[in-house]
This record gives sequence, structure tokens and C-alpha cells, in this order.
Amino acid sequence: MGLEFVSLSLPPLLIGIFAAIACALPGNFLLLRRQALIGDAISHVVLPGIVLAFLVTGAVSAWPMLLGAGAAALVTVLLIEVIRRVGRIEPGAAMGVVFTAMFAGGVLLLEQSDTSSVHLDVQHALYGNLESLIWLDGLGWGSLLDWEALKGLPPELPRMFFTLLFVCAFIFLLWRPLKLSTFDEGFARTVGLPTGLIGLSLVVVAAIAAVAAFDAVGSIIVIAMFICPPAAARMMTNRLEAQIGWSVGFATLSAVLGYVLAGYGPLRLGGQNAVSAAGMIATVSGVILGVAAVAGPCRHRAGAPAG
Amino acid sequence: MLLEALTLQLGYNATLVTIGATLLGIAAGATGTFLYVGKRALVSDAISHATLPGVGLAFIAMVLLGGDGRFLPGLLLGSAVSAAIGLLCVSWLSTRTRLAEDAAIGAVLSVFFGLGIVLLTVIQTISSGRQAGLETFLLGSTAGMLWNDAVIIAAGGALVLALVVLLRRPMTLVAFDAEFAASTGVDVRRTDLAMMGLALAITVVGLKIVGLILIVALLIIPAVAARFWSDRMGRVVGIAGAIGGASGWIGAALSATAPDLPTGPIIVIVAAGFFAVSLLCAPGRGVLAAVLRHRRFRARVHVRQGLLALAQEQPIYEGLTLRLMRRAGLIRADGVATDAGRAKAARALLDERRWQLLRGDPRHEAAAARYDGLTPLETLLTADQIAELDRALKPEVAT
Repeated sequence: MGLEFVSLSLPPLLIGIFAAIACALPGNFLLLRRQALIGDAISHVVLPGIVLAFLVTGAVSAWPMLLGAGAAALVTVLLIEVIRRVGRIEPGAAMGVVFTAMFAGGVLLLEQSDTSSVHLDVQHALYGNLESLIWLDGLGWGSLLDWEALKGLPPELPRMFFTLLFVCAFIFLLWRPLKLSTFDEGFARTVGLPTGLIGLSLVVVAAIAAVAAFDAVGSIIVIAMFICPPAAARMMTNRLEAQIGWSVGFATLSAVLGYVLAGYGPLRLGGQNAVSAAGMIATVSGVILGVAAVAGPCRHRAGAPAG
Repeated sequence: MLLEALTLQLGYNATLVTIGATLLGIAAGATGTFLYVGKRALVSDAISHATLPGVGLAFIAMVLLGGDGRFLPGLLLGSAVSAAIGLLCVSWLSTRTRLAEDAAIGAVLSVFFGLGIVLLTVIQTISSGRQAGLETFLLGSTAGMLWNDAVIIAAGGALVLALVVLLRRPMTLVAFDAEFAASTGVDVRRTDLAMMGLALAITVVGLKIVGLILIVALLIIPAVAARFWSDRMGRVVGIAGAIGGASGWIGAALSATAPDLPTGPIIVIVAAGFFAVSLLCAPGRGVLAAVLRHRRFRARVHVRQGLLALAQEQPIYEGLTLRLMRRAGLIRADGVATDAGRAKAARALLDERRWQLLRGDPRHEAAAARYDGLTPLETLLTADQIAELDRALKPEVAT
């Protein structure tokens, strides 16, 4: 058990947990600012970004693709803002126009270019390949202390880890301005905070988390983790600090439980193959949200009659 | 080649796809308008993603019952049921809990889609190597479309269109002002349900051609584009239908001309093109029209100020003012006023004096509120009123 677990299950499990937390943290603020669907839009436009990066560099390598995806996310956020202001269109519809058009463009580019030799397709972009991120050098728990073996870790693991650190640092350093501008933007502006800049940087950090997580686990987890754990946490408490704590807990629980259910559940039931871990993690997070929505102590709107 | 495709001369299958896509586009554009006006555009995103688990479950059920898992009406029925459940989840989460509607939409779409992906991998296992082909529902596939599929799509599109025509009045009322609609006796909840049901029908019908990720584009983009061209609901619905239909037609025809042009994305790109044209060129709300309006306004302000300066014999230094007045023949190249310029300047000054007097007079409070430094007073007051103002002005003019 120990040997197999370290090489086959530990890296994807850790990557899943890191990705889930990295997305859930900014998701808390996006949820409270009514921008929850930004995560949805970003994860759709990642596809044209990586396809363009592939066409420019001609190879499937991590950094250009991450840059391409990040650029696409930024372009999307700016385009949504421009269309919303110039065309005086409500934000939801502006978002719908931009991300569907860009996703369609991405699919078209992908079909037009010759990507048959490389592993780059729409399915991969949607639900990733968490299960394939194995650590061949991991020969047991002792390998965790062996520098040579650690070098063989899938590169997604350290990348996701540093992304998580970055997201944590951003939220820790900007905690007060973020909190203030999220709950009372008018007041934040009167005390001299650059609320526009804070909002934009939050979206950029969310985009960074989404792009890094997408690379490892696919966009379906990204959307689910942006919304479900924070939404479930919102049903549990009225305090932002506690809400963030709950959301991290829920994100971890979804990742662990989803991975275990996907990897071991079908085998127990007599099937031969595991099912999609990404899909299962999203499903588990939905179940958690459902339970919180039915039984959470703070599930009602403030001022709404109980019961 | 493209011309042949556009005129339906590129073979049986291409013709089927083109007609189906056109009908779908018209119905989606018309339905989407009501969603957009009611600010519910992205609910369709939740609906479309929520179809996936239904498709998977229907496939599994049909295989277990010993039938062909790819039987299209069965798959569509399954997708409709799960989309309806997703829709109910969105409305329950956003009315019964503290979550806002956008969070409810995001939660439902990601969770249902995740569950669908899980079911797809389960199907891969049980069909053991044999391609179920359900992935084609993600992005649509028209390659192997059959006569029966085309009939389903065409009939579905026509049915939705007919329902839109029937329900247009209550849906318009509810979309614009639900409380007013309720006060006039419209059943808001049922109308809302009907609106969502139509969006659901479009999604299910469009699964085969456009796929579930991009069908939401057909519901949103034509409606948003059409909104630029008119302020009247009936016309916006019509224009949205036309844009949707044209996108379907042109997109399907384009995709028939080359092997690796997938139909769904092409249709969406064409619709996005219509949107871009509308954003830039529409009269009234378009960008170009706004720029022109701004330039015309600026020119009027500059000329007016220039005329006032002329009348008071002050020198004009500002470059744009000089250019505009020279072009209008109000001053000569050396900056000296022409006869026409002097006449206009005198009138502008008189108008400004009248305004000054009027704004100091409480009896003309209503008219004074219209002062913007540009509107000639003759267009607001009767000749008698102006004559009365002028009598008060006389001594001042005389001195």
C-alpha cells in the first residue's frame, strides 16, 4: 500500500488539494463581490490561450502555455469590461458574449492546426488528466527525503504549490483592503483605497490560480472550486475569517474524497477502470454545497424569516 | 464552393445541416432576447451544462435495457430531464438560500458538468472500447447527421418559435418588470418557467449541432447584438431571430466547404461577427454613432462660442474653433468675420441675452431648466413670449 500510494496517488492527491485551495481562496471574495462567474469565463478562454501559445512556439511546453492562457484571461477580463461600458450591456451578457466567442475561436484554431502529434485536445482542456500525474521515482515514504527522487516529481506539483503560496500571500498581505472593498466599496473609496485596482488584482490572482490549476486538473475543477466551497462556507458562518477557513476545509475534503471515490470506488464495486477524478471532485463539492444549503446554520438571507 | 453551400447545392447532408442550423438559430435568437432583457442570460449556461449527466444516464439506461445507446430522442429526453433538474436547483439555491443567482448558476453548471464527465468515463468502461461517441455532444457534430435527427431539430425549432410568438406578451411584461406584470394579473412564476422551458428546449435541440458548451452563445449573442438596433421589443426579437438564423445558415454553409471546420464553433464565430458589426455600426447605440454624435456636439459648442466671441469683438485663438468657423464660411482665412458670420454672431448674442434674462425670471423656471448653451430660445418659446422678453431687453440693447 505505502509504496504504491506514494508513487501513484500521493502526487495527484496533493496537486488536487493545492489546486482546490488555490481556487477556493480568491473564490470567497469573488462570490461576495457577485463576480462568481468570472472563474467560469476564465476557464473557458484558457483554451484559445494555450492553442495560440502552441501555434507560436510549436511545442507543448508548460511556460509558454501558461503565459498564453494568462494573457487570454487578461484579454477576456478587459474585453468584458470594454463591451460592458461601450455597449452599455449588463455584465452577465457581456461575459456570455466574450467567453463563448473566444472558446469557439479556440476550438476552431485547434481543429485547423495540426495537433495530432501532440496531446492537446478539448477533452484534455476540460477535464485534465489528474490520474496520470504519477511519480515514478517515489519508491516509498523514504523517497520524500531523497533529493534525487524528489527531482522526478511531476512538475505540476511544485508549480501548483508555489501558486498556492502566492495566492495565500496575496490574500494575507491585502487582507484589510480586500475585505473593506468587498463589503463596502463606497466607504473603501472614501478612505482612499484604490478599489478599481484592488478589484482588478483580485481577478488577476484568480486568473493565475485558474491557469495554473487548469494545467494540472482541467477547467471543470477550476470552476467548481471557485464557487462550490466558498458558497458552502457562506452557509456556515457570517464571518469572513471563518468563511475562508470553512472553504479551505471544504475544498480539501472535496479533493481528497473525490480522488479516493474516483480511484478506488469503481474498483470496490467490481469495475476495471477508475472514473474521472476531476469530475468526481466537482461532484463531491456539489454534494457538500447541497448539504450546506439544506442544513447550514446561516443558509438564509439576513432578515429572511426562519424556516 | 461557398456559394453552392449557401444555396444548398452541396449535397444531402450539408443541406440538412444548414436548414437545421438556420431554424435553430432563429428560434434561439428570439428566445434569447427574453432572457437577455430579463437579465437572465447566463442561466442558459447552467441549463446547457446540466444536460450532460442526463445524456450519460440515458445512454446507460438504454444500454441496460438492451437497446442502442445512441438513439437520439432518448438521449435528448434524458438531457431535458437533467437540465430541468439543474434549472430547479438554480432557482432553489437563489431563492431559498443566501446565494446570489450568479453563484447558483456557477455551482450548478460545474457540479452537473463534473457529474456528467464522471458518467462519460463510466460509459467508456462499460462499453469496453466501443466508442459511444457521447463526447460529440460537448462540441456538436454534424458529420453523421441523419434525416430523423434533422427532422427532430427542425420540428423542435419550429415548435419553440411558435411558442415564443404565442407567449410574447406575458414574457415581455415579465422580462421588463415582473412586479408590474404581477399587478396586471400575469402569472409571473409560470411565465418565468415557460421562458426557461423554451431556453431548455433550444439547448436540447441544439445539442446535436452546436454542442452543449457553445449553445449558450446562440441564446446570448444574437439577442445582445439585436438590442443595439432597436428599442422596441418586437423588433429586437425579430432582429435577434434574423441574426441567429443568418449565423446558423452562414456558419453551417462555411463548415460544409472544408473538412476540418466544425459546425458549432463556426456558427458562434459568425454570430460574434454580427455582434461586433452591431457594436460598432448600429445607429443610436453603436460606437461609431456615439463618436459621430460626440463630434457633432463638440462642433456646435465650438461654433457657438466662436460666434459669441465674434459678436463681442473678442479675438479667437482656439485652433479647432477657427477651423470649424472657416469651413462654415463664418470667418475669412485671416480671421475676420464674413457678412454671414456677423449676422449669425449677432443672432447668437441676442439669443444668449434672451436666455440670461429668462434664467433670471422665476416665471420661466421650466424653460430655464432647458438651458444648455446651445438650444436657440426660438425653439422653446412662442413668438409672443419672445417679443415680451425683447421688450424687457430693449433698453439694454439700446445703450
